[in-house]
Amino acid sequence: MSSAAITRTSIEPEWILPSRGRVGMFSLIAAEAAIFTIFVVAYIFYMGKSLSGPMPKDVLELPIFNTVCLLSSSLTIHLAVRALRNAKVGAFGLWWFVTIALGTTFLVGTGREWQRLISEKGLTVSTNLFGTTYYSLVGLHAFHVTVGLIALAIGMIFTVLGKVKPEHSERADIFSLYWHFVDAVWIVVFTVVYIIGR
Amino acid sequence: MASETLALDAIDHRARPIGDRLHDWVVTVDHKKLGILYIIYGIVFLIIGGIEAAIIRIQLIVPHNHFVSPEVFNRMFTMHGTTMIFFVVMPILFGFGTYLIPLMIGARDMAFPRLNAFSFWLTAFGGLLLYYSFIGGNGLYGAGNAPDVGWFAYAPLTARAFSPGHSTDFWTLGLLVSGFGSIGTGVNFITTILCMRCPGMTLGKMPLLAWLNLIVGGMVIFAISPLTAAQIMLSIDRYLGGHFFDTQAGGSAVLWMHFFWIFGHPEVYILVVPAFAFVSEIVPVFSRKPIFGYPVMVAATVCIGFISFSVWAHHMFTVGMSSSGNTFFTVTTMIIAVPTGIKIFNWIGTMWGGKIQFSTPMLFCTAFLFQFLIAGLTGIMLGASPFNWQLGNSYFVIAHFHYVIVGGIVFAIFGAFYYWFPKMTGRMYSETLAKWHFWLFLIGFHLTFDFMHIPGILGMPRRIYTYEPGRGWEIWNLIVTIGVFFQALGILVFVFNLLRSLAKGEPAGSDPWDAWTLEWSTTSPPPEYNFAKIPVVRSRRPLWDIKHPEDPDWKYE
Repeated sequence: MSSAAITRTSIEPEWILPSRGRVGMFSLIAAEAAIFTIFVVAYIFYMGKSLSGPMPKDVLELPIFNTVCLLSSSLTIHLAVRALRNAKVGAFGLWWFVTIALGTTFLVGTGREWQRLISEKGLTVSTNLFGTTYYSLVGLHAFHVTVGLIALAIGMIFTVLGKVKPEHSERADIFSLYWHFVDAVWIVVFTVVYIIGR
Repeated sequence: MASETLALDAIDHRARPIGDRLHDWVVTVDHKKLGILYIIYGIVFLIIGGIEAAIIRIQLIVPHNHFVSPEVFNRMFTMHGTTMIFFVVMPILFGFGTYLIPLMIGARDMAFPRLNAFSFWLTAFGGLLLYYSFIGGNGLYGAGNAPDVGWFAYAPLTARAFSPGHSTDFWTLGLLVSGFGSIGTGVNFITTILCMRCPGMTLGKMPLLAWLNLIVGGMVIFAISPLTAAQIMLSIDRYLGGHFFDTQAGGSAVLWMHFFWIFGHPEVYILVVPAFAFVSEIVPVFSRKPIFGYPVMVAATVCIGFISFSVWAHHMFTVGMSSSGNTFFTVTTMIIAVPTGIKIFNWIGTMWGGKIQFSTPMLFCTAFLFQFLIAGLTGIMLGASPFNWQLGNSYFVIAHFHYVIVGGIVFAIFGAFYYWFPKMTGRMYSETLAKWHFWLFLIGFHLTFDFMHIPGILGMPRRIYTYEPGRGWEIWNLIVTIGVFFQALGILVFVFNLLRSLAKGEPAGSDPWDAWTLEWSTTSPPPEYNFAKIPVVRSRRPLWDIKHPEDPDWKYE
């Protein structure tokens, strides 16, 4: 391709394309959103159609503390990314760690809720339609939190080893998109399961 | 042009031991090798799926036949459908996309080469998992081997009570795994096309193949995901005792249908839009004219992408819906015919007044145009819900969608094979053998699928194991089965031609068709880095600009 006709000429404006990481992550998020949509539709479709108890209004409690933890982790990861962009690696590590702590708290909270539902209330995935749809939807979300926590932990290991540099802020930023998405899904799950469905 | 291409290294890869070369293919992240792997994988499964189809047709050749048992017959139509959709057409289309997109947009690889390899191997192992059911499907129950629930696996057939053993689980897992691969490919297509274009290639100057695959990428993301979700639910039902599709516990069998077809109908367009892309690249080159109505073509495809998500329940007219549901899905089905019809006019407009050369790729594309038109017309017939109540689940439906998939998509794929074979291998195929393939396959196709409409109209339901004599179905079934042998012969000629040309074909040179898109500017086969120097383009036909500096396209676009 060395022909003169297609060499870059001065009339061409500078050639700028969107960031690969961002486009890729947004595409992945779109696919994930479609998966969650189907689970949410199934949950709404089966609301109140269980043939036997326990029913949501009898056993579900509002997970306020959990929700506050997860939603504030969106803020902390944002602060972490901003710190890294400003070359403050120490602050980055701190906020990153807080994000992990908040995410883990959420996951432990979900585990305790499930433990209570299973052993005290006798609700399992095979008890009734509510059990099936509830554990599937909340479980799918918890699975996504777990994957996010694994990725966060790997980032934390690199931070502790001193491998994280300000030029990695773009990557941290792209990962934070995933984390924000997981939080946004929780708002939907919370609304559908704990407010409308109760 | 060809002589000016820079070659950076002169290492002869062929001199290395065979073990090393195979190892290269397994660990490769090169989009060209992965594309070829996808295509070879698809051809292997094409032959397997074709054998299954032949078994079905031999069983139906005469009434009261006992070629296979009813159980085997159920497995054959299930495996045939699943194989052809997920492990033949999709891998071949993804293979061409993976191979061609970076070359056509002037990039050195896909945006995420390792994700690309990961997606291929997920698809490959998904297919192996499905076929492992022949060995492992029995489980401890002695309950039959391969899946036998039909390719859309309606509940409650898939419930534990009606499908003991593991056969349905292999079906679920195979599609789940390959579905993750497809989503990865969708993400990769979108990112590559948006973020890897060479300087000057604005969205309006992209080859149509890139544009159409961008839309396919979007559709894959939104259509495969519902299938993935539904398969997870089915696994929860089968393994954890869930009740999603368990009617005895208040679950709904119809919900599965909705979830399956909200995937299933866009899937048809995921398969056909890349076929449109091939035709849109091949027809202009062999008509010696630029594509007619480029922006309309793009707009029509975007329309198809959107509308395809609102037509799914036309697969469910016979299930019973409200009259507003019937009306809505009838209307949307009629509407989606409009952008599809626009495309047919665009291709005819491209051919109109051109100096048409009927080489094999063009022959296949011409046949595609006629056959896809007929397939679309029977589609409109079936889209009208009252008509559908008469002929739903009959052989008329089978004839219709095979007209789409074989007469449309597979013909376009064969056109693409012959068109890009010189680029992928550096050798020309035998034109004589290719013409034999075309005519044998064309005759076989029309014998099989033209005449398949008639027993459908006469009331022959799909998926029946055998039938009574005296209903007027015998002669049609006989003709349909005879057509299969012509098709099989055509495929044999095709595979023989591929292998023979690979070994002994004439050297193709970098641009055997005097074409205009960037993949023809590099050597055949292209070097690993594709382009020694990243090209800069100023129009939709960069090679035309180089070949005709006195009258370049960018003066007019």
